[in-house]
Amino acid sequence: MSTTTEISVWSRRPPFSVVLGLALATFIIAASLLSHYLAPFDPTRMAAGPRLAAPSGEHLFGTDEFGRDLLSRVLVGGRLSLGIGITAVVSGLAIGGLMGLIAAFSGRFVEAVLLRLIDVLYSFPDTLIALALVAFLGPGIENATLAIAISLVPFYARVTYGLAAAERAKPYIEAAKLAGIRSGRLVRVHVMPNIGQSLIVMGTLGFSSAILSAAGLSFLGLGVQPPSPEWGAILASGRNYINKAPWILIFPGVAICLTVLSFNLIGDSLRDLVDPRRKGRS
Amino acid sequence: MSIPYLSVRDLSVSFLTGTGAFYAIDGISFDLARGEILALVGESGSGKSMTSLSIMKLLPTVAQMSGRIEIEGQDISAFGRRQMEDVRGARIGMIFQEPMTSLNPVLTIARQMTEGPMRHNGISRREALATAYTSLEDVGIPEPDRVLAQYPHQLSGGMRQRIMIAAALALRPGILIADEPTTALDVTVQSQVLDLLVDLKSRSGSGILLITHDIGVVAETADRVAVMRGGRILETGTVDEVLRSPQHDYTKALLASHLTVDKGLKQRDAEVEGARP
Amino acid sequence: MMSNPVLKIEGLRKSFTANRRTVHALNGVSLVLHRSETLGIIGESGSGKSTLGRIAVGLDTPTAGELHIEGMRIDTLPPPVRREKLRQCQMIFQDPYSSLNPRLTVGRQIGEGLFARGERDWQAINMTVANLLERVGLKREFAERYPHEFSGGQRQRIAVARALAPNPQIVVADEPVSALDVSIQAQILDLLADLKKDGNLSYLFISHDMAVVARLCDRIAVMHRGRIVECGPVRAVIENPQHPYTRNLLDAVPRFGRRRTGQKPVPVRLPQHSDGDTFMTVAEGHTVLQSAGSL
Repeated sequence: MSTTTEISVWSRRPPFSVVLGLALATFIIAASLLSHYLAPFDPTRMAAGPRLAAPSGEHLFGTDEFGRDLLSRVLVGGRLSLGIGITAVVSGLAIGGLMGLIAAFSGRFVEAVLLRLIDVLYSFPDTLIALALVAFLGPGIENATLAIAISLVPFYARVTYGLAAAERAKPYIEAAKLAGIRSGRLVRVHVMPNIGQSLIVMGTLGFSSAILSAAGLSFLGLGVQPPSPEWGAILASGRNYINKAPWILIFPGVAICLTVLSFNLIGDSLRDLVDPRRKGRS
Repeated sequence: MSIPYLSVRDLSVSFLTGTGAFYAIDGISFDLARGEILALVGESGSGKSMTSLSIMKLLPTVAQMSGRIEIEGQDISAFGRRQMEDVRGARIGMIFQEPMTSLNPVLTIARQMTEGPMRHNGISRREALATAYTSLEDVGIPEPDRVLAQYPHQLSGGMRQRIMIAAALALRPGILIADEPTTALDVTVQSQVLDLLVDLKSRSGSGILLITHDIGVVAETADRVAVMRGGRILETGTVDEVLRSPQHDYTKALLASHLTVDKGLKQRDAEVEGARP
Repeated sequence: MMSNPVLKIEGLRKSFTANRRTVHALNGVSLVLHRSETLGIIGESGSGKSTLGRIAVGLDTPTAGELHIEGMRIDTLPPPVRREKLRQCQMIFQDPYSSLNPRLTVGRQIGEGLFARGERDWQAINMTVANLLERVGLKREFAERYPHEFSGGQRQRIAVARALAPNPQIVVADEPVSALDVSIQAQILDLLADLKKDGNLSYLFISHDMAVVARLCDRIAVMHRGRIVECGPVRAVIENPQHPYTRNLLDAVPRFGRRRTGQKPVPVRLPQHSDGDTFMTVAEGHTVLQSAGSL
């Protein structure tokens, strides 16, 4: 056998896409967190300027149909969008991850039942699940977040199950089982450290889809309710003025695009980094 | 002596690492004539596999190669991709350790064995099929017709390795590089494949570069041997010379640590005796 | 000493079904492993030797047959009790890379076996771990390091230490040296032989390599197509092989002083055994499977 000198994936410097993704994400997160300080106006204050005013020195992004400052609305809306995204991803990952782990480590019967259930749920598009749930629970920010979280569960359950099942067959897990280590501890001590990274990557990738879902639901009037400035909600209210005041749609639209783009860039590169196929052994 | 079929002079392969250049092969030279088996023997990391890859120009692009590689007096070390395509297969054949990965799982054996000859020798499918049939017969496959219609996964490991050998030989290369050809095989199958290699050498007159970690295999099969370690050839000579009276300390150590059945029995007996009060 | 088998296997069968095809990995295997004995299981791929080892430690369940550990039949016990009893059987795997958890320190993964045994004081665990590391020829401080910092041979030593942590009676070693360079192989074989001296450890040593088996085993059982075809003291089987398959296997082993001529050997017809075949005793403790039709 020949020696292959182990070369780190990012041996020299991280690729441009990661740098761009990280820079964008940092900017977006920072802007959202500091939105209350950065926003020049109260985002819900009507007639902060003239109605449907084009971008100018005073209103950088222009104003909407009620004369609210669009820059302030996009900034504060980002906080809402990111908040919904993070909450939904964390809870979806927690529930789905738990389901996947239980399926992989609780014996054949539980495994078969849970997997069929996950498969059935997974066969519906996640947006459809979210939509149906909100229709059932009623509109509103909490219900929308919950619905998005649940819609992510089948995806995360499947991903986690796949990772855990691959791990389960490895000799070191078998050796740990032979030593008599019980399932709970086996998962916590031996399995989680090995699949955690991949799960975080999947979380990053799911985040952008959660943001899109949140915007979609709000756009349909099922998510964040007016006058709260969520990105999707701003798009929804501005769509009647697309000819007269396109900026109402352009700015929140661009914000959504950039956010989704940045997290996808980060997620894809992270995935390359933790991809087990690229972890060669020397 | 006439010019050897393959001649390697001062071959070095290095990789640039964080701490400087790492030499996987560090200035090795050897010759291989037609009709002889030269074994490159060494442990993992000795550079023996890297040697075969550099002759075939299959090194990763980050590798730096220097030195001369001559085939029938022609230096191929500066050959480009196009020129190498004519060298690979037609002049130097190669078989690998794991025959499964070198066969395409979705194509029949017939398809895989005819494509090379059709391209290299410009013959028709029918002619290529006839050649494939005879080469399979040559490597001792009982029903070539049946095997030709099969897919790789339907065949055993030994059978796949025979097919790889047959496919390599169908192009009538002057030499065959066999990189750990029997390491993945069972001993009884290994025995058959080694017999086959020796038989082919004497019948077709091809030279064989046998890369292996197993001195036992070398002792039975090779005519000459080169002992490699750390990218260098430490000792070279006929199998009799090197195995009977090794000169280099590493060769001696390698021979000493090689476990045979008899040696194993003796060691065990000594231990059992020692344990008795 | 030989009267007390630590492991007894009776009529073990195992079949797998995949893609509607049933593969019989084991066709009725019976064997005993005595206290402080090394029993070699030798065979080629597909002989069922690895399946046998996995069943002996409880990683697979047999389709039929009995498994006794220290005189107690365990395959009929309820799972929790069985698992407890099976802790007497530990395993050393072939690949020293995938058999260690890359994200746990060496000390932690050896210590986990002690934790599972009920030891809760990590200071005491760490002490035992350090002693174990020393026993397998490694430094006590290595407990702090991660597997990737070690060579293949060192990793296999760590795997041995981990197998010893639950204080087993039986260690099943499945090709423990075949992934290592020859010089390292010798060291690991010496280690395994040494460990047996100061304990009442018994090994079920699975290998395809006749020389390795000759080096370490007291008795060997030759497996072919899911059956044991010959069994006996190692020297007796190697020097006086009775079954045609054993002869084939021994003849195929590369050796010095023999040259391959390229002559195709006359193929040997191997007997097709069936379930009714019985063992014939050749010499004391040396038995060979007879074909009903061959006599």
